[in-house]
Amino acid sequence: MPDKRLPLWEVFIRNKRGLDHKHAGSIHAADGEQALQYARDTYTRRNEGSSIWVVKSADIVASQPEDEDSFFEPAEDKIYRHPTFYDVPEDLKL
Amino acid sequence: MSSDLFQYVIRLGDNALINGQRLAEWCGHGPFLEEDLAMTNTALDLIGRARMLLTYAGELEGEGRSEDDLAYFRNEREFRNFHIMELPVGDFAFTTARQFLVDAYDYHYYRALRDSADATLAAIAAKTLKECEYHLRHSSEWMVRLGDGTEESHEKITRAVTGLMPFTPELFAADEVDRAMQEQGIGVDLDSIETSWNQEVDRVFSEAMLERPQISFTRGGGRQGLHSEHMGYLLAEMQSLQRAHPGLNW
Repeated sequence: MPDKRLPLWEVFIRNKRGLDHKHAGSIHAADGEQALQYARDTYTRRNEGSSIWVVKSADIVASQPEDEDSFFEPAEDKIYRHPTFYDVPEDLKL
Repeated sequence: MSSDLFQYVIRLGDNALINGQRLAEWCGHGPFLEEDLAMTNTALDLIGRARMLLTYAGELEGEGRSEDDLAYFRNEREFRNFHIMELPVGDFAFTTARQFLVDAYDYHYYRALRDSADATLAAIAAKTLKECEYHLRHSSEWMVRLGDGTEESHEKITRAVTGLMPFTPELFAADEVDRAMQEQGIGVDLDSIETSWNQEVDRVFSEAMLERPQISFTRGGGRQGLHSEHMGYLLAEMQSLQRAHPGLNW
């Protein structure tokens, strides 16, 4: 029996020009055009958006919890990778 | 004040109000959550449009009636909406088909009304057109989805369209108010709206694999306040709160 549920889509909204698209949530829709409309109706009702991206949740490749040790832990003791490790000369204009 | 202009504006307001009231009946009953929200958004757009138009109608009349007085304290024969707006919601296919036929009408109507010689109407039309554009996009998409979907969805949307088409000639049946307003450059030319509407309907029907049904009878009279048996029930539900507690606010 075929799966009759509509596919899940992740919604990304940019609320102002120049800012990044941010994950807003997810919705169900049959295809991209419908996903865009439902994203608009669900997440921009209170004037939150100026641009919407939708992407099929199934197309997102996500890291797994069991990857945590090998993916993220090695960065913990590399403090020299943070800009705070360096002394910024006083006369440097940022 | 011109009583023709008052009539013209109140008809527009009533069409938006009654269509919005019908669509709002889906709130909490949509086929799934996302579409439930989408329909409710559209219903709110329509009621927002009705508020602007009825407020303006009250000002034109000059007897101190507010938007609420006009919406909740008029009787059936004083409402001037088309019959297609008051038909019961039916199934989802019926609601979708009604919205599509009405959205296509509204889109071309308000597009033309932006050039009205009446500055208030022109401003309301400019604001409304943006909403109409989205409504039409949404309902057109559903027409294609249902028409060109499964055998069952095709059958349901065909039945809906067949039931609704006899109510569409009323939308274009200009009377003396429409003609007077058009002559003064305030109202739109319904003949040209009909041409654009027909093109829009034919385009979407062909994409949706739908035949345009032959009409063997029509219904009308909304412009004169003559309604179907459904209108009284709709008003009873819509007006009951204000009638029981006049002036109630929250």
